[in-house]
Amino acid sequence: MKILVCITHVPDTTSKINFTDNNTKFDTTGVQFIIGPYDDYALARAIELKDAIAGTTVTVLNVGPADTEPTLRKGLAIGADDAIRVNAEPTDSFFVASQIAAIAKETPYDLILMGRESIDYNSGVVHGIVAELLGIPSISPVMKLDLDGTKAKLAREIEGGKEYLEVSLPFVAGCQEPIAEWKIPNMRGIMSARTKPLKVVEPKAVDSGVKLQKFELPPPKGSVKMIPADNVPELVNLLKNEAKVL
Amino acid sequence: MAILVFVESAEGKIKKTSIEAVAYAHALGGPVTAIALGAVEKAELEALGKYGAQKVLHVADERLSQGIIQAYATVLEKALQDESADLLVLANSSLGTPVAARVATKIGASLASNVVELPKTDGGFVVKRSIYTGKAFAWVELKNQKKVIALRKNAADIKEVGSPAQVTPYSVTLGDADFATKITSSEKATGEVLLPEANIVVSGGRGMKGPEHWGILEELAKTLHAATGCSKPVSDMGWRPHHEHVGQTGVKVAPQLYIAVGISGAIQHLAGVNSSKYIVVINKDPEAPFFKAADYGIVGDAFEIIPKLTEAIKAAK
Repeated sequence: MKILVCITHVPDTTSKINFTDNNTKFDTTGVQFIIGPYDDYALARAIELKDAIAGTTVTVLNVGPADTEPTLRKGLAIGADDAIRVNAEPTDSFFVASQIAAIAKETPYDLILMGRESIDYNSGVVHGIVAELLGIPSISPVMKLDLDGTKAKLAREIEGGKEYLEVSLPFVAGCQEPIAEWKIPNMRGIMSARTKPLKVVEPKAVDSGVKLQKFELPPPKGSVKMIPADNVPELVNLLKNEAKVL
Repeated sequence: MAILVFVESAEGKIKKTSIEAVAYAHALGGPVTAIALGAVEKAELEALGKYGAQKVLHVADERLSQGIIQAYATVLEKALQDESADLLVLANSSLGTPVAARVATKIGASLASNVVELPKTDGGFVVKRSIYTGKAFAWVELKNQKKVIALRKNAADIKEVGSPAQVTPYSVTLGDADFATKITSSEKATGEVLLPEANIVVSGGRGMKGPEHWGILEELAKTLHAATGCSKPVSDMGWRPHHEHVGQTGVKVAPQLYIAVGISGAIQHLAGVNSSKYIVVINKDPEAPFFKAADYGIVGDAFEIIPKLTEAIKAAK
C-alpha cells in the first residue's frame, strides 16, 4: 500500500506572530518551525500503518521553498520512506491542494493523509479540495482510522460528539488527535533520514482566485481588572453592567 | 448578487451559526436563498425568513439527515446553479468547512474560510480571515465571480428584518458516488449547549483536581446557559471528552464570555480562546499567565468562588 502524508512547515505553537514589509510578509525572526501538529498526528498514524501492514510505503510531501527541507527530513527521520518537495511558496489552499493533486494523479496513492488544518492559515479545506480534484471521498477531522484490506473504519469529530464511518480506499483524511501518538525521531531515524530520497518538483501553474492584500494583528489587550475573592457579586455586576454579557 | 446560504441543523433545529450566515448574506444585500438538508422542523425553516432569507429550499431526503460531505456538495452545486447564485455562504463547522472546499472546487470559486466580518466591497471583494489560530488576521481578495465563504462564529449580528418565508421542497438526483462514505453510527451529547455555538463558555483545567469536581462548573454553566469546555491536560487525562478540549489543537471558541477556572493559560490554550469578547480567569495562582490575557480576574480557591458566583448570578437575574 502507498500512503502519502502531506505536511506543513509552520511556526511553533508558542511563536509570537509579527509581520514585516508593511504587513505583507510573515516575520520569521526568532521563529522555530515545526511539522504542523495535526500533520504530525497524520504522519504518526501512517507510520503505524506501515509497521502493521507489510509492503506499505509512506511518502511525505510539502509545498514550500528550499528552507522547509529540514521539516521534510524530520518526516523522514520519523519513518517516512521518501519525500517530495514542491518548490513553491504555499500561497493559498487551492494552490497547495492543486500541487498535491497533481502529484497524486501522477503516482496514485491508496491513502492520502494530512492534518485537519494548518496552524498558520487555519483554512481546513486542503483535504476537501484534493479529494474533489481526484474525485475521491474526503473525511475530516478524523480521530481514528483502521484499515481492513481496502476498507477503512474511521471516527470523525463533530460538534458535541463523534461519528463513525466506513469508506473504501482510496480517500483523503484530515487528521487530528487522538488518531496516534506523536512520534519523536530516534538517532537511527535521524541518521537514515539524511540518505533517504528527497525529490524536488517544480509547481504547476494554478490560478487560485484569491490574493492576499495584507496581514493585521489584533488590537492589544487592555489590562485585567482584579476582583477580590471575597467580593464575587462585584464580578457579576461588572459582567452585567460594564461588559454587558450577562 | 444572488446568495445561497447553506444552513445546518441539529436535532431538527437550525444552528445559531447558520442563522448568523443568513444574517451575513442579508447584510451583503442579497437576494438570499437559504437551503437546508435532511430532517428539520418546518417552523425553523420558515423562521429563516425573519433573519433575511427571501426563499427557503428544503431537501427532505432522509439519507441527508446525516452529514455526508460529498452528497451535500453535490446538492449545493446544483442549487447554486438553479438559483443563479454566485456566492455561497455557510458557517465553519466539522461539516460546513469540508463541504465548502468541495463545492468551491466544483464550481471554480474563490474560497475563504474562517471569515470574521463583512467584506470590503469598494474595489473588489475583500474578506478578513482569522489566521495563526486567532493570533492575526489576513485580508484576502476573492477575485473570481463565484465565491464560497465559510464564517467563523460572530461574523454577523442576528437581527429580525423580515417575516417568515415560504418553504419550497427541493430535490437533487444523487448517485452512489455521493454516498461512498457511510456513517454507521454516532455519539452525540444531546440537550447541551454545543461548545462552538455557545455565547458563554465555562472551562476547567487541572486546577479542578479531578473529574468528580466538575459538578460546580456544570451548575455554573447551566445557570448561564453556557457550554462547558476544558484544557488539553484535562481531556488527555480523560477527565472530560475530547470534543470539550479548547485550544490550539482542540475547539477554537469565540463566545461573548469565556470563564476559565483553574487553567494556567498556556499559549496553546490561549490560541483557542483569544477570539472571545470577554475573558474571566479564576485561579489560585496570582502568577498564572492567563491573567495577562483576561479582562477580569479573581485570585482564589475555585471550590469556594464558583458556588458563590453561581449564586450571585442567580440573584442578579
